[in-house]
Amino acid sequence: MGVRVAEEWLHSCSGCEIAILNIGEPLVELLGQIDFVHIPVLMDHKYYGQMGEGEELEIPEADVGIVSGGVANEEHLEVLEAMRKQCKILIALGTCATHGGLPALINSWGMEEGIKNSYATPTTDKCQVPTDVVPKPLDRVYAVDEKVKVDLILPGCPPNPQLIAEVVTALIEGRDPVIPGKSVCDTCPTRREGKGDVSKVRRFVQNADYDPEKPIDEMRCLLEQGFMCMGPVTAAGCARRGAPSCISARVPCRGCFGPVRRDGNQMLDMMNALASNGIDFKSVVDRRSLLRFSGAHGLLRPINKKSGK
Amino acid sequence: MGNVINIQPVTRIEGHARIAIHLDDDGNVSDAFLHIMSLRGFEKFIEGRPAEEVPRIVNRICGICPWMHHLASNKAVDGCFGVTPTPTGHKLRELCQIMAHINDKILHFFFLAAPDFVLGPDSDYSVRNVVGIVKEAPELATQVVKMRQLGQMMLERFAGKAIHPIAGVVGGFAKPMTEEERQGLLEDTRTLLDFALFAMDFAKNSVFPKYEDVIASLGTITTGFLGTVDDSGALRLYDGHLRLMKADGTITDFPVDQYDQYLAEHVESWTYGKMPYAKCWDEGFSMDLAAPKGVYRANTLARINVAERLSTPRAQEELEEFREKFGRPAQGTLLYHWARLIELVYACERTIELLEQDDITDKNVRAKAEPKAGRGVGAVEAPRGTLIHDYTTDEDGCIVKANMIVGTTHNIAPMNMSVKEAATSLIRGGVYDEGLLNKVEMAVRAYDP
Ligand code: SF4
Ligand code: SF4
Ligand code: SF4
Repeated sequence: MGVRVAEEWLHSCSGCEIAILNIGEPLVELLGQIDFVHIPVLMDHKYYGQMGEGEELEIPEADVGIVSGGVANEEHLEVLEAMRKQCKILIALGTCATHGGLPALINSWGMEEGIKNSYATPTTDKCQVPTDVVPKPLDRVYAVDEKVKVDLILPGCPPNPQLIAEVVTALIEGRDPVIPGKSVCDTCPTRREGKGDVSKVRRFVQNADYDPEKPIDEMRCLLEQGFMCMGPVTAAGCARRGAPSCISARVPCRGCFGPVRRDGNQMLDMMNALASNGIDFKSVVDRRSLLRFSGAHGLLRPINKKSGK
Repeated sequence: MGNVINIQPVTRIEGHARIAIHLDDDGNVSDAFLHIMSLRGFEKFIEGRPAEEVPRIVNRICGICPWMHHLASNKAVDGCFGVTPTPTGHKLRELCQIMAHINDKILHFFFLAAPDFVLGPDSDYSVRNVVGIVKEAPELATQVVKMRQLGQMMLERFAGKAIHPIAGVVGGFAKPMTEEERQGLLEDTRTLLDFALFAMDFAKNSVFPKYEDVIASLGTITTGFLGTVDDSGALRLYDGHLRLMKADGTITDFPVDQYDQYLAEHVESWTYGKMPYAKCWDEGFSMDLAAPKGVYRANTLARINVAERLSTPRAQEELEEFREKFGRPAQGTLLYHWARLIELVYACERTIELLEQDDITDKNVRAKAEPKAGRGVGAVEAPRGTLIHDYTTDEDGCIVKANMIVGTTHNIAPMNMSVKEAATSLIRGGVYDEGLLNKVEMAVRAYDP
């Protein structure tokens, strides 16, 4: 029998699950070595028994548990706790699970405010926010490790399929996985000329300056071109085919792999990076957006509440 | 006291849902619900963001169809900033959108839905999945995995990211296509078209005939339909105007930016999913199975129902065959799968058409944009239905207000009705088994929510 794997998605978009499928052909091989015991996107195992008769939420025992998405309501929390209980090793997959990810932007207002707003749009009939049967929201979006102990994190939005395969293979082989520990810039081939003459960052309303017929390593660094690029403060991992994903499309990085150090603060780190390059950080419109992918762990909070949690 | 059968979670779909079937004392179905269990509140948290950033924020609404949100959002931002993409920028966006449709349909049909058909609705849950198909039909499975991967990698090679894309930008596209890229994409799409034609034949010969009764009846309801067409009434996925069709075939056409005068959203206390309905029919909203009001469906079956024709030859042949068999509008819920494969053929043919246009490699891919105050409505046909983003910006070009109607939501009321229809006709006198409960789920899976 192979390694037993359980997978769950919480406050997620299913992109992490698609990233698992994007392992591609090697996945077919991996499937020979692992047994999925629970994975709602692919498999019909139910929480309350296959006949829907059970009283308590049940997830089968597994050697490895993979969880994508942050924690934003009571059902997420219940599922996460069951996963932790039943899985020997728990992996937080994707930046939502590791740092809150994009949905944690709501932490600037709180879950309740976000939900209320959705039911008050101009096309919605006058109504109350649904509360029957549906799970109650938590106050904000949490990263998985704020709620349970996590053994391994693999960020990325989505995470890199090759790294997912590496982690799973390493676990099957009983060794430590090899995961990059550097920044996006360290994996970026663009040409850097040292400090430029940029004093303000520009918004990305026009394309970067480059010759599309020439390879990426002949394009000048986007930050040096005056665009905000979060490569310096973002964990490496997205690079495939020789360049970070966005840079290969000639578009600046927005930090979707989360901070370089697990507990880093992308907003503070980026302001420092700009300052040390002589760029006025006040030229950044919407600075809180620098926490676009890592607003859990209390980093993004309601604007009008200064103190407290 | 009655009893509730709790199918939780609904599996092999995208997202979090639960089916609750309520039985009366005699074990007959008294009511049934599809509860949508999760909500994220994207409208709120794009407030205050620079609008040009939003297309790479809202793509995270859905990891299966991120291109759809990315591009509908780009169109809305174009509207806010009052900019028209260059012709090639426009084409590159459509190209990526159509390519994303190809993958999505392969994923849905073969990975999510096919286990019910290839292994059978009554097979054990532990094998009734894609892993089961790998064991049961390894050649088919390998081919399917390869083809989906090919489609994903085409997008990734050309546009940097396939999931949560970044290459669509206000005013057009972030990079032009080189001749070499074009040739590579053409070759790969021809392979995909062959596969699409194979999939169509495979389904028509080896899958659908085995399930004729199920296809005719399971979860079948009578509703209207919504889709996008061009001025000649041909199906469009990237742009065009919206078309509502009543169950009797009557048609209402309207421009995308007037969506709020034709559609409204109903809310029930027991589900986070809003239920859009046709406000313009002036009959209100009701999910009564015998006499629904305002309810229409979106997604594959809806699109091929509202369209007069498909603009590519092989897909048009398939549409004609389909219409001859099932009429127009066709109402069978499981026909969504059939329609999905017809659209797969269309998407491959349309991709080739776009790649063969001379100016697809033109270097002028982005028009100059300036942040400013305005309003923009952007819509595309997402795999799961018409997707609408509506933004208003302030003078700094930051979002002050947003409204979105996401593809899946159009089908929330119909899915509830199909679940109720399926449960009521399948469960009598308290007798049911796992296979039967799975059939109720199949009525949801057809919609690919
Ligand atoms: S990390 Fe990204 S891909 Fe994964 S669930 Fe979150 S938004 Fe989706
Ligand atoms: S700042 Fe951006 S473009 Fe420059 S080296 Fe880093 S990742 Fe590359
Ligand atoms: S370049 Fe930055 S934003 Fe783009 S995929 Fe990599 S980490 Fe994410």
